[in-house]
Amino acid sequence: MSFPETRRNTPPTADAPAVELLRIDKRFGTVHANREVSLSVAPGTIHGIVGENGAGKSTLMSILYGFYRADRGEIRIAGRPAAIRNSEEAIAAGIGMVHQHFMLVDTFTVVENVILGAEGGRLLASGLHRARSELSELAREYALDVPPDALVGDLPVGLQQRVEILKALYRGAEILVLDEPTGTLAPQEADHLFRILRRLKAQGKTVILITHKLREIMAVTDRISVMRQGRMVAHRDTSATTVGELAELMVGRRVLSEVKKGAAKPGRDLLSVENLRVCDDRGLIRVHEVSFAVRAGEIVGIAGVAGNGQSELLEALAGLRPVARGRILVAGEPVGAGSRLRRHLGLAHVPEDRRRMGLVMPFEARESAILGHHDDPRYRRVALFDWATISRDTASKMDAFDVRPADPRRITAAFSGGNQQKLVLAREFERDPLVLLVGQPTRGVDIGAIEFIHHRLVAMRDAGKAVLLVSAELDEIMGLSDRILVMFGGAIAGEFPAGRATERELGLLMAGAGSAGRERGAP
Amino acid sequence: MELFTLLVLVLDSTLRLSVPLILAAMAGLFSERSGIIDIGLEGKMLGAAFAAATVATFTASPWAGLAAGIGASMLLALVHGYACITHRGNQVVSGLALNILVSGVTAVLGIAWFAQGGRTPQLPGEARFLPLEWPGAAWLREVPGLGTVYSELLSGHNLMVYLAFLAVPTVAWVLYRTRFGLRLRAAGENPQSVETAGISVIALRYRALLCTGVACGLAGAYLSLAQSASFINDMTAGKGYIALAALIFGKWRPVPALLACLLFGFLDAVAIRLQGVDLPGIGEVPVQFVQALPYVLTVVLLAGFIGRAIPPKALGVPYVKER
Repeated sequence: MSFPETRRNTPPTADAPAVELLRIDKRFGTVHANREVSLSVAPGTIHGIVGENGAGKSTLMSILYGFYRADRGEIRIAGRPAAIRNSEEAIAAGIGMVHQHFMLVDTFTVVENVILGAEGGRLLASGLHRARSELSELAREYALDVPPDALVGDLPVGLQQRVEILKALYRGAEILVLDEPTGTLAPQEADHLFRILRRLKAQGKTVILITHKLREIMAVTDRISVMRQGRMVAHRDTSATTVGELAELMVGRRVLSEVKKGAAKPGRDLLSVENLRVCDDRGLIRVHEVSFAVRAGEIVGIAGVAGNGQSELLEALAGLRPVARGRILVAGEPVGAGSRLRRHLGLAHVPEDRRRMGLVMPFEARESAILGHHDDPRYRRVALFDWATISRDTASKMDAFDVRPADPRRITAAFSGGNQQKLVLAREFERDPLVLLVGQPTRGVDIGAIEFIHHRLVAMRDAGKAVLLVSAELDEIMGLSDRILVMFGGAIAGEFPAGRATERELGLLMAGAGSAGRERGAP
Repeated sequence: MELFTLLVLVLDSTLRLSVPLILAAMAGLFSERSGIIDIGLEGKMLGAAFAAATVATFTASPWAGLAAGIGASMLLALVHGYACITHRGNQVVSGLALNILVSGVTAVLGIAWFAQGGRTPQLPGEARFLPLEWPGAAWLREVPGLGTVYSELLSGHNLMVYLAFLAVPTVAWVLYRTRFGLRLRAAGENPQSVETAGISVIALRYRALLCTGVACGLAGAYLSLAQSASFINDMTAGKGYIALAALIFGKWRPVPALLACLLFGFLDAVAIRLQGVDLPGIGEVPVQFVQALPYVLTVVLLAGFIGRAIPPKALGVPYVKER
């Protein structure tokens, strides 16, 4: 089997597109998720689809995979119209999908997950046997090694993703769709994924890659389509475009990807953490005796692959999770348990998951905007709330943080992700705190809002606040932080001053390899 | 009575008393492993017991009675499915409503049809499942030790007792060795993974509930056709809930659930045996206290002696395909 020969036999010009979507239209209630979207993907290529969160990329791919039904439009596979009404028909048409949130059963082994839905008979024994031998075959062919009898829940994210790819290949997928595949991967894991994708392409498979990360799409794709607000706005050959052009197409205007900020002028320690140990809900130690300090006027970023203790650390600092051992000091004062007391000490917290922890979705904006401050005498008249004052106060916050629409009576859930996040930031920042704990400030937020939020964080720093930033976006950590701590396995694996860390160094530490930086707080 | 014989007799009644628990626990296992909470085991058993006794009364055939019991229970399971799967209703509320409904309906129909205060008429022997003597049991009864075990403990049960004990390995085999079992377990853990694999979660959960219906039907028919000779108002007396507790003790696995059922059956048997008995040093134990033991045990065990029971991850979460 030789690759150039196959190519000669099937000249790309004569081939029908592997996938063709024609004028796909889809609404969810009032949200028009896809407006007359058309797309053509050539066989044997890696095709990228970029767009901001909420641009309609995932909806489009869910329609291709039969998870949703398009209101209007047509799907063609290899030139023939295909009616894809459910996932079964998508699989039969040779489409495999790797979802953003893996469709795996944690309590099953790898082989069990692979054969689910393709068992090859009423009894499992023969299917399991066949899957095992085929898995080792696929592992050799595509560098997709996974221990077949490990429980999927015990595997790291990168391997879980490989299981998803294996699932698709086991079903004979010729077209592989990956939805935000690198969101939870360390850079090295992402590189490995890209090697796998190139391998797949070399074997003649067609790959569709959905992402909002421009750099990686430039690195691996042949052609790129850009979506904005439910529309397909442009198609480009990867070799003929730039990150700048793509970003501009995504948001519709030129963006500044660099955060402009002056040098930090750090003052005294405002937040000190000494030998902190934190356990998760199951009692497992997730943060191992961590010590660090955040000074006035600096942003300290915590980098790490999701699930390495950052969330637990942040929750413990905010008083949402008990401290198993160690101390937390705010402006030199040791803090006790509970989150309310900490607010009085000058601690503000922007939680990682605004939908679950930061806001109450069915509440009006003004109700969400005073969460945690219900006992503020300004909002009270005798024993009742003074809604007129609360509305005025919320309106001024919305104004200051450019929350659109600036309607305090609007239901929280009706705002876009970016505006919801700005509402949380407005609530936390306007209290003039000493210490800001910020988790994933721009997750699911569009580029325009990201810029605004970044400027606000830098402004808080320049106002002499201590900012602790936890983010899964390495760009964000590197762009904003004055110092970077890398967390791995619940410990701080390294510390870098701003500008001294390269993505590669950070990535190695995040993946648990290498020994750059100062070892601190290791167990 | 010598201690050994006493023990064999207690174990003998343990087997008989565990049967409805085992069948109901296996029934609940299908439903709950597929992601549907089934608090309605009680109601399905009761409905099946009534239907079985009624049909057996009119046809004088235990088999017709059994079929009717299974049919009634499957019908109730489908109602539960319609509320919880099709309309994504609250699974606990639906189950509880069915329990209350069945308790009332069986009483009303019983009074209307048979005018015996809600009981069905006493069934003659040929309309029931009678104990099966094993070969040589009568002769071996005189042999001490093994003979007693053979003739008392193993022989002399009705068909459904043996069926119940066969049900456990069967359920385990279905759950762990078949395609249906794999998909069922996946639906209870991550229904989206099932849907993306091209399988309908809804159809799968309905099938699981039908299996639940069959097993609950067996449990109910056992009560009125084998253990007793008629239907009595509320004759399940909480066995459905105990079975559900046993299922949780067993962490939703067949064999541990069987052991939990046997434990409850044993306590029940001891409770019966201890009635009116003078215990040395303690005196006569009040019947009520002994009868309360299984329930006390349930609370104590659930309070933490069995370790954390991790339920199927999607248990109780209605499955919504489109957002």
